[in-house]
Amino acid sequence: MASKNYAEVNWKRCVSCGACTHECPKGAIHVWKGCYAIVDSALCVGCGKCQRICPANCIEVKPREVVT
Amino acid sequence: MTKKKRWYDYLWIWSILYFALGFFNILFAWLGMIDFLLPLFIAIFGGNKFFCNHLCGRGQLFTVLGKQCKCSRQKPAPAWISSKWFRYGFLIFFLMMFANIIHQTYLVYGGTSSLREVVKLFWTFRIPWGWAYTAGTTADWIVQFSFGFYSLMLTSTLIGLIMMVLFRPRTWCSFCPMGCMTQLICKAKSHGQQPE
Repeated sequence: MASKNYAEVNWKRCVSCGACTHECPKGAIHVWKGCYAIVDSALCVGCGKCQRICPANCIEVKPREVVT
Repeated sequence: MTKKKRWYDYLWIWSILYFALGFFNILFAWLGMIDFLLPLFIAIFGGNKFFCNHLCGRGQLFTVLGKQCKCSRQKPAPAWISSKWFRYGFLIFFLMMFANIIHQTYLVYGGTSSLREVVKLFWTFRIPWGWAYTAGTTADWIVQFSFGFYSLMLTSTLIGLIMMVLFRPRTWCSFCPMGCMTQLICKAKSHGQQPE
C-alpha cells in the first residue's frame, strides 16, 4: 500500500546538489541529468528526510491524492 | 537501511588536507584546480553533476560537521539565498574575483607587480602567510597564483562554514558558483528536456 504522503521537488528552485539523494532511506530520489532532483513517488514513503536536509528548501511533503 | 560506503565518501578528508598542506607550503594551492576543473569536465562531457553529488569534499565536510557532529542549527535558509538572481550574481562576482587573481598573476609574471606573500580573506583582510613559502623556490607568478587561489578557497569554505552553522549543513551548495555553473551546463546539454 502506498504511503499517505510523498515528497515533491520544486524543480525550478532545485540546485541539484544531491544532498537529498544521500538522505533518502528508500533510494527514491535522484538527480536527473544534473538539472534537478526527481522523486520516484512509487518508492517514496513520505518520511520528509529530504525535505529537512534540502539546502534550497525546495522539497515539500504532500498528501497523496486519493484515487476513487 | 545503511548504504555501502564508497571510497569517494571520504573525500571530506581531502578538503581538510588541502588547507593543511597550504598552511605549510602554499604551492599545494594549485591542487585546488582539480576541484575547479573536474566538475566542469564532468558536466561538459558527462552531462551530470556527479562531482557535486558524490565527489565534492567541501559538501561532504559540511555534512560531516553540520549533520553528524551537529554543528548546524538545521534551519531553512532565507529563500533569496537560493534564488536565481543571487546565485547568478554570486557566480559573476566569483568569476570576477577569479579573473582578478589571474590579473595579479599576470602582473607578477610581467614584473609590473611584486609577489605578495599574503592570504586575503573575504577579499578584504590581508593575513601575512610568509611562512608557507621560501623565497626563490620557484617563479614568482606561480606563487602569486597559489596565494590568490588559496585565499579564494579559504574564503569560500569559511562562508560555507558560517552558512552551515546558521542554516542547514549544505546551504553553501545552494549558491556555490561551481554548482551553479555545472547546473547551467547540464541544463544547456539537456536542451530543456524534462523527465517522463
